[in-house]
Amino acid sequence: MKGNEAIAHAAVRYGVDGYFGYPITPQSEILETLEELMPWQTTGMVVLQAESEIAAINMVYGGAATGKACMTSSSSPGVSLKQEGISYIAAGELPALIINCMRGGPGLGTIQPSQADYFQATKGGGHGDYHLIVLAPASVQEMADFVGLGFDLAYQYRNPVMMLADGVIGQMMEKVTLPPMRPRRTDEEIALQCPWAVTGCPSTRKPNIMTTLELDPALMEKHNIHLQEKYDLIKANETRYEEHLTDDCEYLIVAFGCVARICQKAMEEARAEGIKVGLLRPITLWPFPSAEIERLSHQVKGILVVELNAGQMIEDVRLSFNGDTPVHHFGRMGGIVMDPDEVFVALKEKFQL
Amino acid sequence: MTPQDIRRPENIVAAKPRLLNDNTMHYCPGCSHGVVHKLVAEVIEEMGAEHIAIAIAPVGCAVMAYNYIDIDWIEAAHGRAPAIASAVKRLNPSRLVFTYQGDGDLAAIGTAETIHAANRGENIAIIFINNGIYGMTGGQMAPTTLEGMVTSTTPYGRRVELNGYPLNITDLAARLEGTCYVTRQSVHTAAAIRKAKKAIRKAFENSMNGLGTSLVEIVSTCVSGWKMTPEKANCWMEEHMFEKYPVGDLKNTVEK
Repeated sequence: MKGNEAIAHAAVRYGVDGYFGYPITPQSEILETLEELMPWQTTGMVVLQAESEIAAINMVYGGAATGKACMTSSSSPGVSLKQEGISYIAAGELPALIINCMRGGPGLGTIQPSQADYFQATKGGGHGDYHLIVLAPASVQEMADFVGLGFDLAYQYRNPVMMLADGVIGQMMEKVTLPPMRPRRTDEEIALQCPWAVTGCPSTRKPNIMTTLELDPALMEKHNIHLQEKYDLIKANETRYEEHLTDDCEYLIVAFGCVARICQKAMEEARAEGIKVGLLRPITLWPFPSAEIERLSHQVKGILVVELNAGQMIEDVRLSFNGDTPVHHFGRMGGIVMDPDEVFVALKEKFQL
Repeated sequence: MTPQDIRRPENIVAAKPRLLNDNTMHYCPGCSHGVVHKLVAEVIEEMGAEHIAIAIAPVGCAVMAYNYIDIDWIEAAHGRAPAIASAVKRLNPSRLVFTYQGDGDLAAIGTAETIHAANRGENIAIIFINNGIYGMTGGQMAPTTLEGMVTSTTPYGRRVELNGYPLNITDLAARLEGTCYVTRQSVHTAAAIRKAKKAIRKAFENSMNGLGTSLVEIVSTCVSGWKMTPEKANCWMEEHMFEKYPVGDLKNTVEK
């Protein structure tokens, strides 16, 4: 099935309580599939087509504030609209899953695939000092798997998680093993898991108030320090990446999402010609696998960062180490997807091989 | 009768509702918010709904409403309360879900959320404080500011050729098929307060009975924004606001 369809099925199977979305290409199949599945008749999951991306993300904020597992999905221009709500969700430390099936920008851009929202996803996106946990799927299987992983991380750290996919993975059809069905949590389970949830105030506790406003700057700074401590913990525990043939590699390609799949092929071409190339695919874009890149930077003669943008993740690769290992970028933009040969040619040109 | 006798429960003739706590309100003396807060707290108490009430606070003067009424609250981004309430009610259908919003929040930045929540017939109640001005930010023009009315951003009065017309969003809401009860009230006299309380109760009951969206507009005063004494503000409201925003039921599909 398509990557977008896999997300919809995985959401129902995980026991998600609410999906709120607005149509935009290339991810509308998520909402369409959910409406077709009618999960409100089986698991009781709420599915609602909102009047805008702004309304949809605020529905997620409201639903998440009641402890329910809520998600939304969109593509680049729509995700820009969601940034206000995402900032509130991060500030309120609410668990939620946001999917960005990226398309080319800026502006209305194109409906073709892109990775140009890397900065937006990993550096905050909305106002204030905050981070999302950013997962980058590279297959339809990961589109399905990261729904569950995303919610697990979101609840563990009380932090919004973004799945940063792209139009290739969203539209691509592959075999996928769907996760097993599990029931939605009961209200009692939610009350136990989320003592902060706004559920209506029983006489046994004080009112729960979900607010992101704090006019006392000392308390506001304290909240910010708490958020930063949480982000440090996430960095320490949740950095994920995948490596191919890095043990003996002399050149390293760093790429995420669908581009990592393309680069794997380019790596094979290079190996066939005797050039020892390895591939590192960050699975979490935030936290970024800086320590591993730093380690490999001592081993390799050069690093090529390949992205569907003008050079965004390359900044995090460069920030990963202080040495003089050369780092180059190869990218295509505006909806053009490179082929493996282009990557191989770029590698040879940049490093004069 | 000694002071101790007066304080005996059987001798008390008027009391603050239990849900209204002792925190010092930030509202200006003479502001309508204090009265409406009291009514909301009273109605929730009388319905025995404190354990199932989930309120959504706006951005505006009522941004810190959660500091005064002891129930569960969610503080919304500016204008987004009806979207939040929609999700909260759908995910928690047994709860009493209502928003409490001002005119800037509901009728300017949140117009889309208001109209669409009402048009979907979400089983929520919307309490709408309309004082024709942005109180919290210091008295700027609101969508409901009257023609000719002086505010800090219309220092020579609101001119329709520049700023358009005052937006009667409650009339719009009454025309939507999703609304079951749309009414306009005020809280400037004892009689008006009693009527407003009944309206809030009806709206909350409609929400619990799953009858659709209820909207209760309270035409209100803003003594600081209008730069008037409370008495003068009440007179000015009667003379000017009621002409554009006449009080009474606009729609009631529940009671024929």
